[in-house]
Amino acid sequence: MGLELYLDLLSQPCRAVYIFAKKNSIPFELRTVDLRKGQHLSDAFAQISPLQKVPVLKDGDFTLTESVAILLYLTRKYKVPDHWYPQDLQARARVDEYLAWQHTALRRNCLRALWHKVMLPVFLGEPVSPEMLAATLAKLDVTLQVLEDKFLQDKAFLAGPHVSLADLVAITELMHPVGAGCQVFKDRPKLAAWRQRVEAAVGEVLFQEAHEVILKAKNSQPADPIIKQKLMSRVLAMIQ
Amino acid sequence: MGLELYLDLLSQPCRAVYIFAKKNGIPFELRTVDLLKGQHHSDDFAQVNPLKKVPALKDGDFTLAESVAILLYLSRKYETPDHWYPQDLQARARVDEYLAWQHTALRTSCTRTLWQKMMFPVFLGQQVPPETLASTLAELDRCLQLFEDKFLKDQDFLAGSHISVADLVAITELMHTLP
Repeated sequence: MGLELYLDLLSQPCRAVYIFAKKNSIPFELRTVDLRKGQHLSDAFAQISPLQKVPVLKDGDFTLTESVAILLYLTRKYKVPDHWYPQDLQARARVDEYLAWQHTALRRNCLRALWHKVMLPVFLGEPVSPEMLAATLAKLDVTLQVLEDKFLQDKAFLAGPHVSLADLVAITELMHPVGAGCQVFKDRPKLAAWRQRVEAAVGEVLFQEAHEVILKAKNSQPADPIIKQKLMSRVLAMIQ
Repeated sequence: MGLELYLDLLSQPCRAVYIFAKKNGIPFELRTVDLLKGQHHSDDFAQVNPLKKVPALKDGDFTLAESVAILLYLSRKYETPDHWYPQDLQARARVDEYLAWQHTALRTSCTRTLWQKMMFPVFLGQQVPPETLASTLAELDRCLQLFEDKFLKDQDFLAGSHISVADLVAITELMHTLP
């Protein structure tokens, strides 16, 4: 059995891993784990990963969680072009810096925007107060400003002149609120231009393919009540 | 001007960077940024790190935030012993996995525990509702169990038989809950 990637393209970190593997022609078996059906909570999946999250990589007997770790593992094992994770000490540090910062910053705020605006009300049938949603969107706005001012600045890409893992993780994060109907690129010409460059670097077809699911998130079928019960506490912990 | 590290040892990620640099004999100027005095909000410090957080590194004109990025930068630039961030593909992946997981798991739990149990009541004179503290401690317990079951398991260290930056980050996180 070759490389297996356990993914649900609803999930931002899964999209980053998917795009990276496809773009670099890394051969893998796609194992879909449907989060909205609670498949990540099955006993079968717990055998794969006791943390019950996606993405997960399985390479023979070696199992790996955490999208950043997976991206770095694939980078090294498949010897992808240098620009994804440059050898240059400082350029690499810039990628590491973004990959570390995003967990509790952009990723978190994008996740909350999607869940507060769409997933909690539509999928889980749990209304979110206008004040809570407004607060979440305000925090997202602040984070977007940091992304522009501190990370992107006047560069073509986050770590310098070429697309890297940092851009891939960032763009897939931003597509979360886009999927929720938030116009994150409106009134942000710098970010909009960067988005175009990243999409072009990834390839339009692959980019669209990876984002088909998230762009339909607003049309999620309401969760089965039993599934909802299983998911609720985990969802609330995730977006805390 | 050589390497400068902007640190407050009150901060867990600062401790990890401090220990790593000292243990490996990496020469640096320590620039203390007193968090409780709000020094991280100064204009001077914003020049070093516009995110206004510690740790921050300054190496000539190059500035860097985020402890994980700083640890990896130091390990590469100063060519520290392999075990800290092993070349072996799978061992290195285990370190990366821990370093990624901890941001929203153990680190968050340990920080909340310190603040809710001690910093708010003692330093800021604000009581924290018992239910909030109880919920935080329950989450900490859950993280510690995951830490043992999923990351440490029966190994001597998080990435295998030798200490790595993952252990350093984890131990400094756990020390946050001791007071």
